Amino acid sequence: MADLPLPSARTADVRSSILVGVLIGIAIMAAVDEIVFHQLLAWHHFYDRSTPSVALLSDGLLHAAEVIALVGGFFWFADLRRRGALSSRLAWGGFLLGAGGFQLFDGIVDHKVLRLHQIRYGVHLVPYDVVWNLAGAVLLLAGVAVVWWAGSRRPGGDPRAVRPDGGPR
Amino acid sequence: MTVAVPLAHAGHGAAGPAWLPLFPVAVLAGGYLLAAVRDPRGWDHRRTAAWLVGCALLALAVGPLAQTSGDPRGHMAQHLLLGMLAPLGLVLGAPVTLLLHVAPAPMRRLVGRLLRARPLHLLAHPVTAALLSTGGLALVLLTPLYAAAERHPALHHGVHLHYLAAGYLFAWSLAGPDPAPQRPALAVRVGALLTAAAGHAVLAKYLYAQAETLPPGLTDRDPEAFRSAAQLMYYGGDLAELLLAVALFATWYHCRRPRTRPSPPASIKRLASPRAEP
Repeated sequence: MADLPLPSARTADVRSSILVGVLIGIAIMAAVDEIVFHQLLAWHHFYDRSTPSVALLSDGLLHAAEVIALVGGFFWFADLRRRGALSSRLAWGGFLLGAGGFQLFDGIVDHKVLRLHQIRYGVHLVPYDVVWNLAGAVLLLAGVAVVWWAGSRRPGGDPRAVRPDGGPR
Repeated sequence: MTVAVPLAHAGHGAAGPAWLPLFPVAVLAGGYLLAAVRDPRGWDHRRTAAWLVGCALLALAVGPLAQTSGDPRGHMAQHLLLGMLAPLGLVLGAPVTLLLHVAPAPMRRLVGRLLRARPLHLLAHPVTAALLSTGGLALVLLTPLYAAAERHPALHHGVHLHYLAAGYLFAWSLAGPDPAPQRPALAVRVGALLTAAAGHAVLAKYLYAQAETLPPGLTDRDPEAFRSAAQLMYYGGDLAELLLAVALFATWYHCRRPRTRPSPPASIKRLASPRAEP
């Protein structure tokens, strides 16, 4: 099985390849957020007296979902690879989309709209927010570019030529 | 009232010698080994290893950790081992499959009938199992049940037995090689795992926040010890969730492996590949 040729555009499952990348991207970014900002820098705390119960609940759900998404994403990835249905370019594009999308969502919805928590406490926040959201936007745009580029490299250059189910039959 | 605490701790000893809880664990391990050796079809050593790891974790929980009675951290480690980590090892040991291999025909029919029984389908549904497991834990920690179990050894053992049974049921309903009654779709199982793990994490943080008052009904409490027990619960729960997720998706991955017509698709791909290269 190891010497099979790279999956051709005809057999690659476009939708699944992008989605599995998005899933792993979101999970990795959530894990990085948790490990770097909560554990290593300790900018966020295990529990704050000010933590509202909604944040407690959403944190728990996010935390549980991130582990499941990471494990499930990798097994899905392995399954697509095994069936020769994986386009690694599209998966990388999806990964960047997921990572950037999560970063931007966290930066805008969680930090600013819902005000669940902030990046760091006791400092002037604007530079942190700008860097955070800019990094997310750059990742997201890079993801769009990679997916678009991978799509245009297909034979015929038309993504619609690929069957949505991706299967040869 | 001052003698109540030493009496309660003497009560643990009065239930029997310290090695007594290790006896059923040894029976579990020995019985399995005996059956594995007798299996006429030959039994996978990895399953035996998983079962023995499960038994070793059980022994750790009811042996050395039981000596730290009264310390919330010891209790939390016991809960993690009995209710989450040991059951996964036991489930991966596939004891029901082994039983079906070595048991005589009437016993096999009985097991088959039991697996098809309707009450078991309800009980072994991931949602029921998650409620019994995480819900049961919440019941113990948020009500005076915890304080009562500290005083009564029988209730204490009963709670531990419930942790183990509910944890086994939950792991079995999600994953593993054993035949299970109508395991529901992947999405339902993932949803149950997500809910149980999130509930466990939220409960851990809630206990951390309320360490001064929870669990209720304790006479002498050390909030700092309860806070570190809650952190142990949080990170131990993560580990258990990670392992359960791996087992669940590995079961899914194994079931999806291509089995039908292994050679024709390969040859078709070989023929098709030159065209596909740009």
